[in-house]
Parts: sequence; structure tokens; C-alpha cells
Amino acid sequence: MTTPSVLVLRAAGTNCEIETAHAFERFDASTQTLHVNALLDEPAILKRHHVLAIPGGFSYGDDIGAGAVFACELGTRLAEPLTKFVEDGGLVLGICNGFQVLVRLGLLPGLDATLGQPELSLTDNVSHKYEDRWVRLSITSRKCVFVGDMEPPELPLAHAEGRIVARDTATLRRLHDEDRIVFQYADTEGAPTDAYPANPNGSVDAIAGLTDRTGRVLGLMPHPERALFGFHHPDWTRRSYDGSGPSDLGPGAPLFANACDWVRRER
Amino acid sequence: MTTPSTTVSSTAYCIEVGIRPDRRDVLAHRLLDSAREAGLEMPEELSTRRGYSFRIHSADSADGGLAQARRLADRLLSDPVFNTYRVYTPDDSPAEPGTHRLEVVRRAGVMDPTAQSVVRAAAALGIEVSHVRSWAGYVFPDSVAPERLMQFGRDVLANEVIEDVRLDPITGIAPAAPLDERAFALQKVDVRECDDSQLKKLSIEGCLALDLAEMKAVQAHFQTEQREPTDIELETIAQTWSEHCKHKTLTGLVDYEGQIHDNLLKSTIARATNELDRDYCISVFVDNAGIVAFDEKHHLTMKVETHNHPSALEPYGGAGTGMGGVLRDTMGTGLGARPVASTDVFCFGPHDLPAEKLPKGCLHPLRVMKGVVSGVRDYGNRMGIPTVNGAVCFDERYVGNPLVYCGSVGIIPVDRVHKEVQPGDRIVVCGGATGRDGIHGATFSSLELHDESESVSSGAVQIGNAIEEKRVLDVQLAARDRGLYRAVTDCGAGGLSSAVGEMGETCGAHVVLDDVPLKYHGLSYPEIWISEAQERMVFAVPPEHVDELLALCASEDVDARVIGTFDGTMRLTAEFHETQVMDLPMKFLHDGLPRQKRTAVRRQRTLADPPELAEGAYGGMLLEILASPNVASKSWIIRQYDHEVQAGSVIKPLVGPRRNGPGDAAVVAPVLGSSRAFAVGCGLNPLLGDVDPYQMALHAIDEAMRNVVCVGGDPDQTSLLDNFSWGNCEKPENLGDLVEACLACYDGAMAYRTPFISGKDSLNNDYRVGDESRSIPPTLLISALSIVPELSVAVSMDLKAEGHDLVLVGLTGPELGGSHLAHLQGVTGAKVPPLDLHLAPRLLEALHEALRAGLIASCHDLSEGGLAVAAAEMAFAGEVGADIDVARVPVRDEAPTTARLFGESPSRLLLEVVPQHHDALNAILGDVPHATIGKTVNASRVRITNEHSVLLETPLDALRQAHLGTLDLDGEYSAP
Repeated sequence: MTTPSVLVLRAAGTNCEIETAHAFERFDASTQTLHVNALLDEPAILKRHHVLAIPGGFSYGDDIGAGAVFACELGTRLAEPLTKFVEDGGLVLGICNGFQVLVRLGLLPGLDATLGQPELSLTDNVSHKYEDRWVRLSITSRKCVFVGDMEPPELPLAHAEGRIVARDTATLRRLHDEDRIVFQYADTEGAPTDAYPANPNGSVDAIAGLTDRTGRVLGLMPHPERALFGFHHPDWTRRSYDGSGPSDLGPGAPLFANACDWVRRER
Repeated sequence: MTTPSTTVSSTAYCIEVGIRPDRRDVLAHRLLDSAREAGLEMPEELSTRRGYSFRIHSADSADGGLAQARRLADRLLSDPVFNTYRVYTPDDSPAEPGTHRLEVVRRAGVMDPTAQSVVRAAAALGIEVSHVRSWAGYVFPDSVAPERLMQFGRDVLANEVIEDVRLDPITGIAPAAPLDERAFALQKVDVRECDDSQLKKLSIEGCLALDLAEMKAVQAHFQTEQREPTDIELETIAQTWSEHCKHKTLTGLVDYEGQIHDNLLKSTIARATNELDRDYCISVFVDNAGIVAFDEKHHLTMKVETHNHPSALEPYGGAGTGMGGVLRDTMGTGLGARPVASTDVFCFGPHDLPAEKLPKGCLHPLRVMKGVVSGVRDYGNRMGIPTVNGAVCFDERYVGNPLVYCGSVGIIPVDRVHKEVQPGDRIVVCGGATGRDGIHGATFSSLELHDESESVSSGAVQIGNAIEEKRVLDVQLAARDRGLYRAVTDCGAGGLSSAVGEMGETCGAHVVLDDVPLKYHGLSYPEIWISEAQERMVFAVPPEHVDELLALCASEDVDARVIGTFDGTMRLTAEFHETQVMDLPMKFLHDGLPRQKRTAVRRQRTLADPPELAEGAYGGMLLEILASPNVASKSWIIRQYDHEVQAGSVIKPLVGPRRNGPGDAAVVAPVLGSSRAFAVGCGLNPLLGDVDPYQMALHAIDEAMRNVVCVGGDPDQTSLLDNFSWGNCEKPENLGDLVEACLACYDGAMAYRTPFISGKDSLNNDYRVGDESRSIPPTLLISALSIVPELSVAVSMDLKAEGHDLVLVGLTGPELGGSHLAHLQGVTGAKVPPLDLHLAPRLLEALHEALRAGLIASCHDLSEGGLAVAAAEMAFAGEVGADIDVARVPVRDEAPTTARLFGESPSRLLLEVVPQHHDALNAILGDVPHATIGKTVNASRVRITNEHSVLLETPLDALRQAHLGTLDLDGEYSAP
């Protein structure tokens, strides 16, 4: 059986690469963590992997705009190998800053599929501040291969620029019509919400995660790799105060398990 | 960074990026809120701009690169979904009809992290730009009075220590200009013939911060050498001998009430560590951080730094570089540890201080707090280090001199601890280029702040670039694992002078100052040597590994350069422009400092107890203490920190189903896939020090211990760190307080058998208001780092369910000295409840045993506000009610009702216990005083009775609101 092979791509300021790689390794993937300079030198490396993961962080400081510089480099120098990677059945996961990169690059939601032309923007939270908190998500579409049959998860997020703004209302309409919305911020009943802090950044239509036309690309603001184990969940001490300890896996684990299973099944 | 030659044809442009009119300008809303807080009403029609000025080097000279500038704006600097932009040249007027315009731009030479990103991304687009400068614009309707705009600019937008404010400028902002080149001339300073007053004058005018005895030692040295020192030699001695680097007070002689204390550091703090000789101490007091054992493959490191004076002047930059500095301490420990958790503890003036009480030259405490929090946030979050634990203390005496403590825990492979420079090793400096930022930081921090510090010391302020430091961290760890260097340290206070001087202490070093990479031309040779430009590490590299190290750095865009050799001469020498500018014997530099002898006295105090509370006042007092700023929720701060990055956070700083309970300490499992963890917590309570600094220090140790043990830390595998922030210790009362606190550190550490592994002091926290020199209260921070053997041992403080017993462990005494109860009634209290040095360690050992046995559902220590506050916090955090009877509280000396409710006797814990575990718990606690004082109940209230009479009954909602409301600066909890 194929061993899923994951390329974890980092740049200056990427800071979640270790735990992102670990999350895939937990489900028996092999991982290679690579600086973007090395991939720019040798784009063929991409072809050796089944999954490309762009982890969270502050690539190049995000001083110009979240993910802007990283996306600019990928869009100008790796557009073709990236497009081909997705067409050939590769999976792409962008978490937090990685999601910002994919959106700025135009790979997500990819309605018109021209790299370098963003259709959405991930911009300042309405609160205009960085926030770390756990949120509840609803699953809007299961077309994305990362989602599988997972339960709607609670996940942590930590960002200052997670609010999705669409280019125009037609673009927003198409996100719904073309089944691109994977996760939405939800209230305690599980319904999508605009209310702060359940929707922590004011994202339009409570969008938290998106996929592309193929369903093989996922970008999301929350951090599933920080919800890999049972003890990651802030309530684990409430469930096991008799000394039994936390459950093994946490609510973010299925995203990585599903991706690895998919590769083993389909590739 | 090398600057492209300006002889190539280039054109200057400004790109100004705005927000599309149909989009929300979030920053504008935010700034208008801040203006309102500052008492300044501004019209709502503010629109914000980000600007970039730069030179573009174009092959296509036909349009002077305009098309490329537009492409840069289109593809990189603006987001088409969200932004608009315009391009103009700096010669054009940026004015827009019908508006006023403010611009805020960094002063020349101040770090601009954005500039680097722009250069890099432009290169990806095939566009060569240079001299990049980023700035901000603010556009208002022209109905606003210009004076009001300038006030907005100064009070809300800019800090004029590092930034200029421009109102309605007639031209655009020019690209960064190189500073003036200075002709090189070796400067000598005449010291050999100086009399005492001339020596003193020399010290003051040169910002050397050396006293007369020290200046005389310098004079004697050069008399022996039969020559005058150069300016750079004097600077080097001053940096090396600064209080900041040498801890002269703590290592000197102190005459305290007739008794001589020879080296307080050695005779108290380090003495405890030596006598305890714990086997888990791997390296203590010698490296940039203490190192303790963790598991078979890893050790942990910890260091806590103070960064007080820079934060007073420029809170954002000062606090950010405080965090950056302590992270570099971690990177500079052993052969380099990887930071895995950060802590932050702050002391500020009251956040609601009335404007008329603000001394001249001081920033308002609210502004200081917001700046400091943002600085720590932006540095720590960008580096990807979780900030997991902290504390904030408010007192009017911190108004002119806030305190900023930044801590860092790191992890290091067991075989990467030993470092040793060998003769012939090359000196390699790696990371940020050197600029004119942070000149005289080490000596500046050793002087008193005054109302003109802002203008004269702006050179001492540094602005950080976290991404640069992250880049360095990435390559350093790769180089460490490949074994490419033999020693490393960070460039902190004193810059290269301290870093190279310390690394070469037992070897000698020669530096070629021309080879130090510079941000811009025009630095003098002493500036290159002592600049505290951030994000630099210094390595000792065997010659055969130099090429590989430089190539590794280059592969990730990190600048690295050989600047000299550790040469085995036992001298510190430097050359510039082929001229020798420095030649100092290491022995004189490191051992030539004369010891200080100082006098200390016991402070005379006027102390008074508060009256016994009236019947019916208990409920109100509980809410008042919960809402008092020191006790109130720090959620506003905590949420701005990424406390979960690296995926190791097991017990997070905010706990309970609504994540609003104040956790006692954080638990972090730093090795992914392993369940071994550590707890990190702290103790700090300056109110106690006003009554009894000896007991303050014991309480701080006990509180730090309680906090880490409450969440699962093993008291028998715990280490302590000390950080003294004191007023000027030339004042004998301040020094007397310090002696008392040091003696307590020894007694406390011995009692708990917990060694101190690292410390850092800041002993000149005075500031001048008019003719009066004010000291901060003696402020001792104790941090504790404790091994959690298995993370399932950890518990959180939120009550779990109804029907459980509430067990109070420890004795409550009648004393109220230093309590919040006394404080809120405007008195100090007469006596601090003493820590029982025999009982306290036994109590924590018993708790740990009970936790390991899985007998405890939740656990919280009693600290500020005593039993009532602890019970209230546990209840609203867990959304479970509690009924408590204070008649059952184990007391000594007939503690009355008020003390039972609100007294702050140390060494007490409140436990939630499932009834079937009760007997097992009793067996473990044995003769440790404890009693079941109540039960958890299915009701949304806390009710406290004295037998049958109800003292207070308060709904959980009211308790929660009191706790969350005070520092809810963004209205998160008051929103409908």
C-alpha cells in the first residue's frame, strides 16, 4: 500500500511546521519539511509527494498583507508545477497563514482558476486584534476529501486576519452554488453564526474553510494540528477528572487521517 | 543588508494603499476608539493608508519604472478585493482635496521590518527596489482643526521617540536615505591626569554609568599601561561593568544593620542551589539560562529577563525586544535550545489613572499597557512561541517606571549542552545587520529615568523584527544538529562588545569592525561595537565548518559573516580601517571591577490593620476584590497571545467550559507524542513587601510553588528563578528590603528543596518627577518550572460537578498585612501572615501524591482575596455552585471571620473531591491541617455561611461579571 508522502512547505516566519508534520506522521505518512527556497531551486520535488501542506505562521512577517509575499513567490515562480500538482491528484492543505497564502494565490476558491488573481480576501478581524480561542464549526460540504465523515469539530484558532471578504456578491453566491464552503463558524446549536465570539473574525457568511473545484484542496483558519490529541481540548480535564486521563485523539485528527486514508486508497 | 549603488539609474516612488470605500476600515474604527479613550473626539470619517516609498531600478528607462511600480502595487502591495492604491513620486503633493492628512513615519535608522519583505517579494516579481521605507497615512475631512489632528497624531498614532508625525505635507515621503558618512579618526580620551570631579564628569557625559571608584580603577589601568584609552575601550569597560551585566549590588559587600553580607547572590540564592545539589540541575547560573533535566533525550532551559526602562519610553518596541531578547537567551544556552513556552509579567500604573495625576514626561499607564501587550504579542506570536503564563500588577508607584518581565522555557538535546571556545575558532555574527539602534542600553538601564529620558535616550530604544529572529532560529538549530559550531551566545545588552567579550573571556578575541554587516553606512566604530541592534547571534566556528555554516545561512536568507577570531591572546582587540582601536586584557575587563560596598538599613514603616468588616459587607467586598485590577481577569491580554502554537498546551491559561477561569499555571507537553510535561507558574505580590519584604519573598516562592503543583507539577522536581526589580539601591532602605528578600530566598528554597537555576535583577527603578526621586515598590518575581511526570496527573481549577466535597488544606491566620482586603480599604495591614516553612512543603507533597492517585477533581490555590475569591473563581469558572461554612475552616490564633474569608495566609489550597475519594485523600493528608468546609451544589451561586448565619450569597453571573468586567478593554464581555 502507498505510504502517503507529505511536503510541508515553510518560509521565513512559518511557525507551525513541526506540529503539522507530526499530525500527518501520526497517521503513518512520511513527511519532508522544506524551505521554499529549496523548492524554488528544484520544483520537481513537489512531484514526489501526494500532499502539499502550507502550515500556519507569519510568512515574511505578514507586514504587507497576510500571506502576500509567500503567495507572490509561489504565483510568480511555481504557478505551473502547483497547478499541475493539483490536476494530477495531489492534495493541498493550507492552515491559517497557509490558507491566507492559498487564497491570495487564487488557488482557493479557484472559481476562475487563474493563479495570481485572488477572488477573496482574508483581512483584519472585525475586532482588529489577534485572538486565540476555540471555535465550533459546522460542516457545510463534505465534497472535500479531508472531511470524510468527521463530526463537526471544535478547533482552536489564533489569528488577526481571518475575515473573509468576497470580491463581489456574485463571487459569494458562487461559493455557495459551487459547493466551495467546507466549514462555517457555528453557535452552540451547530448553526452558522455571525455573532462574536462564536464567529471570531466577522467572516462573511461565517466562512471558516474552503475547498476548490476538485475537493482536493482545503484551506481553513482554525488549526486542526493543535487539536490532534485528546489533551489538546480545553475541556479534557472536565471529562476525566477521576484520573483516567484524556482520550487519545482530538477533534482535528480526522482531517489528517482522512487525507492519509484517501492517498492510500486512491493513489 | 547591502545597499545597491545609487549610481545606477533609479527613480523614487510612493505607493499609497487605501481601503475600498465599500469595505470596512477596521483600523480606523480602532483608532477612533483609542482617541475617545484619550479624551479626544475625532470625526468618524477617518480613512487609513499604508504607504511605501522606495527607489526602483529599472532597465526600462522610458517611463522611469512607473509600470513596474504599478505592477508592484497590483501584485504585491495591494489586495484587489480589498484595496485601492495610487502611485506618485515624492516630489508630488500627496494632498487630496477637502481633506487633512497625517503621516507617521519611522525616524531614520529605526528598524523597519516591512522594508525587507518588500525587497524580497519585488525580486520575485523581477523588480529591483531599494531604500524602502514604510509609513502610515490618516486622512480626515478638512473640517477638523489642525491642532486637534496633531494631538491625535502624538497621543494616539505615533511615539515620537521613534517616529515623526507630518501634518499636511506638501511633498511625499522620500525613500530611506543613507546616513552621513563619518570620516574615521581614532578618538582617545584623557583620563590619566583627571581629578575626581573630572572623572565623575567623564562618566556622566559619556553615559558610562560608572561610579568614582570604578573610574579610578580604569584610570589606574591606563596609568599602568602608560597610555590614554580610546573611546571604544572606555565604552567596552562601561558595558562590561554595568549593573546590567555585572550585578554589582548583589555581588558586592552590604552592611545591613551592622552585619556584613559578602556577595548576597552567592551567600543566599546560589548558596541554596549549591547546598541542595539536586541531581536534575544540569547547568545553573553560568549560561544564558538555567538547564534542568526533562527526559532521557531532552533538558529544559529557563530564563526570565527584565526590560523595564526601554518599555517606559517605547512600550511596544521595549516589550517586543524584551521578548526577543529572552528568546535569544534560550537560543544562546548550551549550543542552543528551542523556545517552547514564554511567560510575561507586567507591573503598570493604574490603567484608569486620572490625566491630572500623570507626571510630566510619562506615558499614560493605559497606553503603556496596550503598547507592552502588543509588543509581546507581536514578537512571541510571530516567532511561534506560545505565551502561556503571566501576571499583571497595578500600583501608582509604577507610573513612571513600568516593569516588564519576559520569560522563556526552551528544550535542548542532552548532548548539546556543553560549549567551549577554542583558540582559532572564527567569530561569526549571524542575523540582523547592525545599525544605530539601541546604543547604550546596558548603561542606560543602570541609570534613573527622568522626564527628558524620552529625548536623550531614544538611541537606547530598539525595535524588533521577530521574523529575522525566527530565520536565525531555524538555521541555528539546523547548524547545531550538524555540529557546525563550538559555542554560541546572543547579542543583548552591550551588543558585540558584551557577546564577544564574554565568549572570549578565557581565550581572547580579535575583531575586524569593518567586517560587521551594517544596515547603512555612517556608523562610527564604537557604535558598531556597542550597538544593541536586535536579532543577532555570535558563534565560535571551527575554521573547517565556516563555509558550510555560511552556506546554510545563505540558503535561508540569513546574513552571516566572519568578523574575527578567538585568538588565544587573552586580550580583547579590535581594528577598524586597518588601525588598532582597542587592546584590553580580558583579565582586567572581567575581574578589574572594584567591589562595591553599600550600606543598608531596615525601613521604618507605619502600618495599620483595616477594621473588621461589618455584617452585610462581605458580599460587596468579594465583588470588589474580584473586580480589583490585580485580581480581575486578564483575558483581554491572554487571548491576544497565541498560547497554543507548537501544539503542546495541556492546561491553558484560561480554563473552564466558558474558558474564563484563571488557571493557576500552564502545563505544556513539549515533545509531540510524549505525555511528559512541565508546568510553569509565578508568584509576585509587591503589596506584601510594603509590610515585610522577607515574608513577601517567602510568599512569592510559596505562591509559585502552589501554582505549579496545583496543575500537576512535582514539587520534588521543581526549579525556581528570581527577578528582583527594585528602586535605587544606593538608598539604604531599598537595599535593606533587598537583603531581607534575599535571605528569604535562601530559606524558602531550602525549605522546599527547590534550587534557583537562574535570575536577573534590575536595581535602579527610580524615576524623577520634578525634584523628587521616586522608587518603585520592591518587586520580586519568582518563577517556577516543574516537571509534570505524566499529563493525566494535571487538573484545572474549575469546579467539575455538583455533589462533591470542598476541602480546604492549610491553616488560616488572623493577619491581614499586604492583603487586598486591606489595600482596598486604603491601609497596608499590620503584619503579613508568616509562611510555615515546615508545613508548606509537606502540604504540597501531599497534594501531589493525591493528584497522582487521581483523587482531585479540581484544585486552586488561595492567594489574592483569600478563600472567598478562590471559591468564587472555581465556581464561576466551572459553572457549578458552592456552599461553604467558614466555621469549619482550620485556623490558628483564632482568626476571625474577615480573615477566614479574605485573609491571605500562604500555603493553602481548596480542593474539589468526589466523596468516594475522601478517605483516600484523608489518608494522604494525614496530619496536614485540612477540613471539608463545603460542597458543590446544583445552584448558580456561591453561599458562604458561618454555621447558620449567611455571610454572603452571590449569583455566579455577578461574580463572573465582576471578574471579567474590569480589564475588558474591548467590551467583549459587556457586549449584549
